[in-house]
Amino acid sequence: MGVASRFILRRRGGKGWHWTDIVTWLWLVGGLIIMFGPAVWLAFSSFKTPAALAEFPPSILPYVTQQATVQGYDKPLQLFEAKLPDGSTRVLAEVRRIGVMSQMVDPKTPGEIIKVNMNDRTPVRTLSFATENYTEPFVHFDFLRYLWNSVFVTVTATLITLIVNSMAAFALSKYEFRGRSVAMLIILATLMVPLSVIMVPLYSIISSLGLFNSLWGVILPTVATPTGVFILRQYMLTIPDELIDAARMDKASEWQIYWRIVLPLTAPALAVLAIFSVVWRWNDFLWPLIVLSRRELYTLQVGLSIYSGELNVQWHFILAMTVVTMIPVVLVFIFLQRFITTGIAGTGLK
Amino acid sequence: MGEIKLTDVNKSFGSVHVLKDIDLHIKDGEFVVFVGPSGCGKSTLLRTIAGLEKVTGGEIQIDGKRVNEVTAADRGLAMVFQSYALYPHMSVRQNLAFGLENSNMPKAEVAERIGEAARMLEIEPYLERRPGQLSGGQRQRVAIGRAIVRRPTAFLLDEPLSNLDAELRVSTRAELAALHARIGSTMIYVTHDQVEAMTLAHRIVVMRAGKIEQIGTPLELYNTPANRFVAGFIGAPHMNFLSGEVVEKEVGNATLLIGGSHRLLVPMSDRKLSVGDKLTIGIRPQHITLANDPGSLRVKVRLVEALGSETVIHADLNGEKLLAVVPGQRQISPGDDAHFSVAGAPLHLFDGNGSRVKG
Repeated sequence: MGVASRFILRRRGGKGWHWTDIVTWLWLVGGLIIMFGPAVWLAFSSFKTPAALAEFPPSILPYVTQQATVQGYDKPLQLFEAKLPDGSTRVLAEVRRIGVMSQMVDPKTPGEIIKVNMNDRTPVRTLSFATENYTEPFVHFDFLRYLWNSVFVTVTATLITLIVNSMAAFALSKYEFRGRSVAMLIILATLMVPLSVIMVPLYSIISSLGLFNSLWGVILPTVATPTGVFILRQYMLTIPDELIDAARMDKASEWQIYWRIVLPLTAPALAVLAIFSVVWRWNDFLWPLIVLSRRELYTLQVGLSIYSGELNVQWHFILAMTVVTMIPVVLVFIFLQRFITTGIAGTGLK
Repeated sequence: MGEIKLTDVNKSFGSVHVLKDIDLHIKDGEFVVFVGPSGCGKSTLLRTIAGLEKVTGGEIQIDGKRVNEVTAADRGLAMVFQSYALYPHMSVRQNLAFGLENSNMPKAEVAERIGEAARMLEIEPYLERRPGQLSGGQRQRVAIGRAIVRRPTAFLLDEPLSNLDAELRVSTRAELAALHARIGSTMIYVTHDQVEAMTLAHRIVVMRAGKIEQIGTPLELYNTPANRFVAGFIGAPHMNFLSGEVVEKEVGNATLLIGGSHRLLVPMSDRKLSVGDKLTIGIRPQHITLANDPGSLRVKVRLVEALGSETVIHADLNGEKLLAVVPGQRQISPGDDAHFSVAGAPLHLFDGNGSRVKG
């Protein structure tokens, strides 16, 4: 047994099972199913045809019923495994169904109709990935335009968020001034105000600034986040003041202290905030929906909602595009998570 | 040039008065050490000179110019911090170059100065490393190097050796003294370690509770401490203090009663003293000798520390602690009675306020 498997399968009870082992396994496996199950279902279902999606009971993997072109019939017929009265099973194509009886033909001898009870036949299914779920939206739907809008909003908003929040955090952590804690408290207090409360005034501000129907109208209201200021300020408090004194003795201007000393040392916290900001902005739905009313400005999340019409929801496209929209967020996590766990610059101080 | 003059400097943080009427004149090229217990304001005084703290009263002059309103960057001073405060995300070379680049120095000159400082401090092999990859002693050199490349009018050093281990501290101390001899700039050095102060300083400034207690050369402070605090602070082990009383007074002499029964004749020119006055007598442990004659102080030995070359005896004289450092190895053990002689020892007399009484 490898070291990894020995580590993973190690039990408290040694060779036997301690009750905590059972609880742990149940808890972890259950958690895995609850957390990861929906994601797996989403990924597989995005490859299902509309018919397979509507199937009950649902399956995890995307199956389709096999079809065959049979001589004498215009349309391809679905294949079934039928149990015949003599006990043998044969693969037959279904021509039509009348009541509980199904009229079937053998693809090899298309002339002869065989009647089979509905319950005696099971569809011949194979695994098949409906990649057209992915390719269709690229052709018929302005996916690339929505993707570009989303990327633009996310990247710009994240960059501005990092700069604005780190500046606020720098002032609130490294400068002594009257009202510093009050300012911090007010910033934190805004955490308690949800978007729905300020939606109307925010809308009128954006509209009077002429930012309605502009991507900047989506970006600007979101860039100053109390969470970001808080995370960065707490991190900057751990940067020794002596470093800043040293930089001051080294003739650094206040801007240089911020840009060349404090900001590089805050990199781990900036990475955390960048992850948050990317996820928030990428997944934003309500605010872009309010600000953007022209189709060519839609972000992905707003664009996706087009698929759910009043009468007809195109689930297969929604699922596929949801998978696509998830990819950037997952990538951000994969690449930036090491910044969370390891501070890139150890402080180098005793 | 590196002449620094402080006149009536005061500093308060809110209602806390940290520096009180500091008057100090540091000559060009001098090595001055600020020494005192923690919290005495010595670091604050250094930061005030550096310009990192604003004075709340008085005046600071550098080379004859008032610099109260001048920022830290423009005072032309360089500082070495206790934690070294090296920029952790920059290589050693970038650390050294940072201050020079900020003053828009041509690249060639920056490189030249770094090369020179690196040679002087023997840090050339580490120039491309980050501070996190250096040992404590190496970081310390880089911190000094960062000050040297600036070619400042004066160096300010804030307990630069306190993070080094004992052995490295001694060797670095010697290097610092050599460095000062070589570059000849004014250096102001803050420490709470009186040995560092004694070995490095031209002049020592002893501080307590925001005030200067005494300024003088190391030997001046050792031989004629201005008050009881300085007497107790300078010298290791600490000076012994015994309470005494004037029992007889003649012209130029006085007889003191110490330890309840022992009479001591001391020269005394102070006329204000009279019979019955209480005094504190200070005797350095190294000046006490072991004796046999019955006229000496009879003490009870509490603890003996045999160091090989010398023996430290902790003793008790009528409830007062007395410490003696005698050369060589002695056959003496705790619980023994011993006789301490102070004949011929330089005695330091302090009055009730702790001020020195003229001998």
